[in-house]
Amino acid sequence: MELIYTAAQAQFRTEVRDWLNANIPTSPLPSFDTEEGFAAHREWEKTLSEGDYGMVTWPQEYGGRACDLIEWLIFEEEYYRAGAPLRVNQNGIFLLGPTLMEYGTEAQKQRFISAMASGAEMWAQGWSEPGAGSDMAAIRCRADRDGDEFVINGQKIWSTRAVFADWVFCLLRTDPESSRHHGLSFILVSLDAPGVTVRPIPQLNGLPGFAEIFFDDVRVSDFNLIGEEGGGWAIAMATAGFERGLMLRSPARFQQASRRLVELYRQRQNDILDLSIEDSVVRCYMDAEAYALSTYQTASRLINNGAIGPESSCNKIFWSELDLRIHETAMSLLGAKAEIEPGSPDADQQLANWLDGFLFAQSGPIYAGTNEIQRNIIAERMLGMPRR
Amino acid sequence: MNFTFSDDQLLFRDTVRDLLSNEVTAERIRQRWDSDSGVDSAALQAMVDLGLTAALVPEEQGGLGLSAVDFILIAEECGRAALPEPIVDSCLVATPMLVDADRALEGSNSRLRELLEAVASGEQTVLCGPSINPYINFAHSADYLLLPHGNEVHLVATDAVQLELQTSVDLSRRLSKVSWQPRSETCIARGEIGADLWRSTLNRGALANAAQLLGLSEAMVARSVKFATDREQFGRPIGVNQAVKHLLADCAVKAEFAKPAIYRAAYTVAVAPTRADWSVSHAKASAGDAARAASRNCTQVHGAMGYTWECDLHIWMKRAWTLDREWGDAGFHKNRIHEWLLQPKALLGPQYTFGRRHMGDAANPITAV
Repeated sequence: MELIYTAAQAQFRTEVRDWLNANIPTSPLPSFDTEEGFAAHREWEKTLSEGDYGMVTWPQEYGGRACDLIEWLIFEEEYYRAGAPLRVNQNGIFLLGPTLMEYGTEAQKQRFISAMASGAEMWAQGWSEPGAGSDMAAIRCRADRDGDEFVINGQKIWSTRAVFADWVFCLLRTDPESSRHHGLSFILVSLDAPGVTVRPIPQLNGLPGFAEIFFDDVRVSDFNLIGEEGGGWAIAMATAGFERGLMLRSPARFQQASRRLVELYRQRQNDILDLSIEDSVVRCYMDAEAYALSTYQTASRLINNGAIGPESSCNKIFWSELDLRIHETAMSLLGAKAEIEPGSPDADQQLANWLDGFLFAQSGPIYAGTNEIQRNIIAERMLGMPRR
Repeated sequence: MNFTFSDDQLLFRDTVRDLLSNEVTAERIRQRWDSDSGVDSAALQAMVDLGLTAALVPEEQGGLGLSAVDFILIAEECGRAALPEPIVDSCLVATPMLVDADRALEGSNSRLRELLEAVASGEQTVLCGPSINPYINFAHSADYLLLPHGNEVHLVATDAVQLELQTSVDLSRRLSKVSWQPRSETCIARGEIGADLWRSTLNRGALANAAQLLGLSEAMVARSVKFATDREQFGRPIGVNQAVKHLLADCAVKAEFAKPAIYRAAYTVAVAPTRADWSVSHAKASAGDAARAASRNCTQVHGAMGYTWECDLHIWMKRAWTLDREWGDAGFHKNRIHEWLLQPKALLGPQYTFGRRHMGDAANPITAV
């Protein structure tokens, strides 16, 4: 155990910090759930990619820097410290990217990864269906093989950012006779393909962050099939592992939010506050730190040829509940002003950030597998409790 | 940057775990409750033979020269076993205090050196009675006590003090209130040196309890998983019910995120024990939280059995209750963090997970403040 950065790691931090200071947008970008904001965030992805910071952990041939996970953490720490824009293509770079690295053919990697890293192609996720939410194995949306193509019919829902995205990675039923998690395939579909209809679903903030996607005889080349036909479930589970495991929510995000919370608290510490505030502020800071330490531990273990164990299913519950607590505490500290929407005479950037974060925090315990499902996974796979 | 334990450290942990699971059964813990000393001499000797008492003694005094990082997993195992003997208090807290005192005095006190040798070999035991703890656990079984008088550190023979025994709700514990008169010949350190020794000792004590609380939490959850798997109602194990699963999953999440805080605190204590307040308080507060949750939820999972004397769960639960309050309770430790968060010079934010220093600095390896 050696909890000191090496000279090379310190040097990398300085490089990242200098580059970000020179390149981040001077004023905050509009929400990426608006057309204008999406375009601005796409432009930022391009800038990142030109600096070779699009996805630092990827091999150099795909636009990365072949960083190890400690360097990834350093990059993320500097990224959030600098207040750089959120990653609009996170479905692509954090979920599909690692999946392609592991399960894609060389040709598929060449075709999709660089375009993803540069922001040229933005990705949405097409897993949930009206009848297949927490019970994802109930998927019905079909992809019937026709020569070297698939013909897709059916519906997906809750596809984040699909309104403006270019592509969607889907889990589809390729064997019509199959049931549950058999006979599903992992297929990439262009949202511009004939027969695709994307219908926006406004989220809690009124913006079209979600979409329903309808497929009506959509034809897709079987080049877009990832892994074996009928082997999609295992790939989706691996993708979900990336999502719930390490990369989806880097700890720096919550450390930065709790640092801002402490600053807000310092401004109001002499006022009359809810009696639980002191405790909440302390817990938020401790828990953000604990999540960071835990991630350093996992990163170190993976670098030393260890594996992510079933205990990683604790992550998603921990950070999503932490995010809620940070923002609930901030709302409490902001008092009557907490409800003021951006654009109002009394609004300011600080209020806008907290309100936006508070609304988004409501979704944390739901997406990427509800926290109730996560608790079942912990109980059964980590603790070994009986399924039935 | 490497936040893992070495193979040697893990092997040491496994060896101790095996020993404790054989030597410290619930039945033998209950036998201790009926004994005068509360000590199982055979189990204690086995731990001495494994080198636990020598672990943190420097090699020059016949010890193994290990650090708090080497011992932290051992402390966790002692908690998992609900070990009654104060091995963690003596090996991870009192012994390093003697070592620090010896270093601060540059070896000028030959009594300290001799005592360290006797401690390493298991011939003599020393325990600490810091002002934050009104009682000393197993004081009657120690040969010497380290006692505070202001900033002064006194090394006092136990037969020279008066002990008033108190019965703990946890019958494995043997508490004493100590009455004594400070004398110049018992004082081994004072002033700044004494203050630093007590400050380090408070951090080591809280760290020691944090690690034991983690082991206790995991042990309670493991017992409850087994109970929920074996116990059937409505024709199936009660553990298939989500309400039961979620009680234990919540405990697992708390324990899982107390772990890295405890290990970071162990590292910080090993390199700079006087500057480990923040990391130790984080460790103690989160481990206490995990242990309180495990105590409550595991009792609930056991149903009426969990409220009986016969069910072994209370061996672990009562230890968790008591260790949570010893060496500073949640209020003490959260207040230390709160105070720190309000300091204008506090280093907050994602770039400071490991403190100010971003580079290796062998001469002054302070990594967390």
